Amino acid sequence: MSMIIYIAVMAGVTYLIRMIPFTVFRKKIKSRFLQSVLYYIPYAVLSAMTFPAVFYSTDNPATAAVGTVIAIILAYFRLPLTVVALAACVSALVTGLLF
Amino acid sequence: MKSPFKKGITHGIPIALGYFSVSFGFGIMAVKSGLSAINAIIISLTNLTSAGQAAGVGIIAAGGSFLEMAATQFVINLRYSLMGLSLSQKLDKSFNSFHRIIASYGITDEIFAVASSQKEKLVPSYMYGMISVACFGWVGGTAAGALAGTALPSAITAAMGIMLYGMFIAIIVPAARSSRKDLIVICFAAAFSMIFKYFLPDVSFGFAIIISSVAAAVIGALLFPVEIAEKEENAE
Repeated sequence: MSMIIYIAVMAGVTYLIRMIPFTVFRKKIKSRFLQSVLYYIPYAVLSAMTFPAVFYSTDNPATAAVGTVIAIILAYFRLPLTVVALAACVSALVTGLLF
Repeated sequence: MKSPFKKGITHGIPIALGYFSVSFGFGIMAVKSGLSAINAIIISLTNLTSAGQAAGVGIIAAGGSFLEMAATQFVINLRYSLMGLSLSQKLDKSFNSFHRIIASYGITDEIFAVASSQKEKLVPSYMYGMISVACFGWVGGTAAGALAGTALPSAITAAMGIMLYGMFIAIIVPAARSSRKDLIVICFAAAFSMIFKYFLPDVSFGFAIIISSVAAAVIGALLFPVEIAEKEENAE
């Protein structure tokens, strides 16, 4: 029974956080400052989530560092998301097996 | 011309592949923490988020209070409010309240990143296509991990942990390459996040992400204000 409540609380809070700003907010934001903040937010969030967490994502910072460098190089040449993600995974795996 | 729904599905496939590997890990972790496979699958279906679910399973395993659960989810997932607000600025007129109430379920880091990088206005069917594929990958990966994960060699499951971040890198690096402003904001966010990790470890993961990203975005907005709305306003 408590499991159902746990899951309901998790799901409910997470959904409301997503739904309320997205649904209630109808006005166009006029402020250039706020527009700029909202423009930069996605890149800032993804960057903050990636660094330094990526280095701890494989149980071994050395293999993770290799995967990260490979991912950055491939991303620099604009390869698709899946290719970059898989290459990061494979290079981390191979590094871990070799060393 | 591809229909928006098909286009959404196409854009959702790389997200789904990335999700599959990450949620595979979540499925393994949830079962190891004492949850049933069904519970893990229901959590993935109703939450559709990585960090929040991982923290939630930790709280369940530790027998934490419901209040702690609510507060933790609120902090870790508060970034979705910012993303929803940002996305609400580029919705097509066909995006009425009904569609917003449904589509808001699918605001995740990756869906937000792909959706916000689209040049045109967002229509509901595009979002539904992307969300349904991504959700399928997320729930499918959870099921596979919960049911079969322990059979895989640990070297493989460990290496799969980097895939989600590989996707993030594939989104931010091309932006940093084409715009020096974006590059500077990205570097600020990474630097703040590292300061929290190494010098302020008492700040929770969720708060560290929120503070780091808002601070970096505010710095970007002050140094390099962007002009987005001009074209739209002229058109109206």
